[in-house]
Amino acid sequence: MENFTPYSALSGGVLIGAAVALLLLLNGRIAGISGIVGGVLPPWRDAVGWRLSFLTGLIVAPLLYKLLGGQLNVQIHASLPLLVVAGLLVGYGTSLGRGCTSGHGVCGLARLSARSAVATVTFMLSAAITLYIARHVLNLGI
Amino acid sequence: MAKYLSALLCGIVFGLGLCVSQMINPQKVLGFLDVAGAWDPSLALVMAGALAVAGTSRLVILHRAKPVLEAEFQLPKATHIDTPLIAGAALFGIGWGLSGFCPGPALSALSLGIPEAYVFTGAMLAGMWLFQILQSPK
Repeated sequence: MENFTPYSALSGGVLIGAAVALLLLLNGRIAGISGIVGGVLPPWRDAVGWRLSFLTGLIVAPLLYKLLGGQLNVQIHASLPLLVVAGLLVGYGTSLGRGCTSGHGVCGLARLSARSAVATVTFMLSAAITLYIARHVLNLGI
Repeated sequence: MAKYLSALLCGIVFGLGLCVSQMINPQKVLGFLDVAGAWDPSLALVMAGALAVAGTSRLVILHRAKPVLEAEFQLPKATHIDTPLIAGAALFGIGWGLSGFCPGPALSALSLGIPEAYVFTGAMLAGMWLFQILQSPK
């Protein structure tokens, strides 16, 4: 476990939890990223403005983090074709299952939703099995 | 105007959380998902920190009649566990396991100008759009 970073993980998690709490308190909304992004795409069934504001903040945050002196390491080993396949699956899957790591994994579990617990266990298991096969059986180099 | 600024602030705080916790780094995420490799439990602590804050604060927040800047709380109504939920989560998991990217980190990584983040996010938006087309009433 030489890569384990408990303090930064906990403090980052607290920030994510604070963002979830603030969005509920101020805007009355659930901070599920896939749902927020999905609502920006047509057909527009719900308000779009707050979604674009939230996403803008999410996207500029790494620049602010670097301005504040933070260091970022973003390592991606997957090939571009594999990233296209992965992106399509993440987009389609989070739409069909109505949530991702934030919506089901944080917001849903925070309100003790059985539905979100089932979704979270499912995508965690699915991801771990997929990674095991891709990395250790097929040696895709990811 | 205030509700857009508050949403912007929440997005910033969320994104900073992804940076501080290093969840913006796909290899860090895969370190958690790879139980057969050099396992890194960090992601579990990120979720624990987020759940502790979100779970306790919502008990207080939902005592309010309405949110500060909107007329009402908009909470998910679905409670049933059905095939689309499980199939969708399983498909999402495959994509997550192949890339280490889920929607939040992929979007955040866009501002760093990483080509892979653009390719992944473009495909993710296409996947969401595909779902809208296939599922919308004919």
